[in-house]
Amino acid sequence: MLNRRLFTAIAVILTFLASSGASANAQEQSIVVASTTSTRDSGLFDHILPLFTAKSGIEVRVVAQGTGQALDAGRRGDADVVFVHARAQEEKFVEQGFGVRRFDVMYNDFVLIGPRSDPAGIKGSPDIAVAFTSIQRNKAAFVSRGDKSGTHFAELGLWKAAGVDIAAVRGPWYKEIGQGMGAALNTASAMDAYVLSDRATWLAFKNRGELEIAVEGDKRLFNQYGVMLVNPARHPSVKAEPGQRFVDWLISPEGQQAIGEYKIDGQQLFFPNAEQKRS
Amino acid sequence: MSEGLDAWQLIASGDATLISIVRLSLTVTLAAVAVAAVVGLPLGALLALTRFPGRSTLVVLVNGFMGLPPVVVGLTVYLLLSRSGPLGEFGLLFTPAAMVIAQALLVVPIIAALTRQTIEDLWREYRDELTAMGVGPTGRVATLLWDSRFSLITALLAGFGRAAGEVGAVMIVGGNIEGFTRTMTTTIALETSKGDLPLAMGLGAILIGLILAINAAAWGLRLWSEQRVA
Repeated sequence: MLNRRLFTAIAVILTFLASSGASANAQEQSIVVASTTSTRDSGLFDHILPLFTAKSGIEVRVVAQGTGQALDAGRRGDADVVFVHARAQEEKFVEQGFGVRRFDVMYNDFVLIGPRSDPAGIKGSPDIAVAFTSIQRNKAAFVSRGDKSGTHFAELGLWKAAGVDIAAVRGPWYKEIGQGMGAALNTASAMDAYVLSDRATWLAFKNRGELEIAVEGDKRLFNQYGVMLVNPARHPSVKAEPGQRFVDWLISPEGQQAIGEYKIDGQQLFFPNAEQKRS
Repeated sequence: MSEGLDAWQLIASGDATLISIVRLSLTVTLAAVAVAAVVGLPLGALLALTRFPGRSTLVVLVNGFMGLPPVVVGLTVYLLLSRSGPLGEFGLLFTPAAMVIAQALLVVPIIAALTRQTIEDLWREYRDELTAMGVGPTGRVATLLWDSRFSLITALLAGFGRAAGEVGAVMIVGGNIEGFTRTMTTTIALETSKGDLPLAMGLGAILIGLILAINAAAWGLRLWSEQRVA
């Protein structure tokens, strides 16, 4: 009695494991794209992926991580395509032979978010470096992603541009949370802190509390996204053909138009700029 | 998931996305508990009935592993199943199978440890009888497991609870891919990160409701079969 049940249970489980494993192998028409939380949380993928799938029949499975983690998934061969926003890291990724070739896809911009009370007195400042200096001087609460994401790298670059050695002067006011954009915004909302966010995630974010945009429009807040196929020479498991089709579609006039059409509350979130190709 | 709806409206309207997420959660969790039962029940029984050098260490290990951090198990399974890892050729990372493996690893120690305790207690009662009847080791394990089946349901439910509420491991090895590896818990984490706290909370309530419903069903089954036995 017991044995028969055990055998049934084992058979059911093995069938399940085999079928889910087999479907992962057999479905050539699906690819894994390692991307960032900003592209997912902003709703961009929900808008453009159905269009691509309808045209190509290729299902796109998005694993949304920080840029550092997404590049690592590519390096390990766990993704077919990497779609992120930290140009220096992306170029290194291609140089080291992990990616085939990098293409610019689109940009959006970062915004400095802060509490309505504006303890650092920077609201409306046109100069992001001055704003960062003021936050540090006032020791105003600041939430950092601290997760090696594209946004985290951008934030570190802005401290540098402001002439602030953040590693040396950081104190309790500087809160490194090591989590995604949404979690950072939730934290900033809960403690009335400043936080650097990409505009898309900010616009889609619902738990704003007292937060609003403090600084925007400085050209140093420009945020470029790039896409690259993981090198099949390095990882033979990479689905090069459908992966490349996705890359080609993103930078095609059709893909670019789909990106440009995505809006929240009438605001365009991402600005396609694939014409300027880079290696 | 549809914009501007709260969780209750999603249930009421039978939202297809929500239903597929619930179905995946239950499939993964139940499969993990089943795998873990196949390994954990005999392992627990063996630990209860056999004496060998290092047994105490093993008992302490199994008990201690009931508290394995899901995120560490997730990371370990991630590295094993990664294309660059030893089991990479199977291509299981970012699939439901990877989630079942990770959760089964979390549940085995719970089932094994609780089974060991249950069987050890029952063995004290049965020892003389079974020895007198000359029942061999395999027969003993089978008899004891069968006769303590009602208590062992609690062990399975404890394992189920662990797996159903777990987010750290499935997030890492499943990748939270929409329509493929997105479960109740990873959806709740995602909606929280989007700042949609009411929807996240509503989904949390649904998850708790499901866990309670399954426990109620198990309790009902136990009452029903106890009556039949009596």
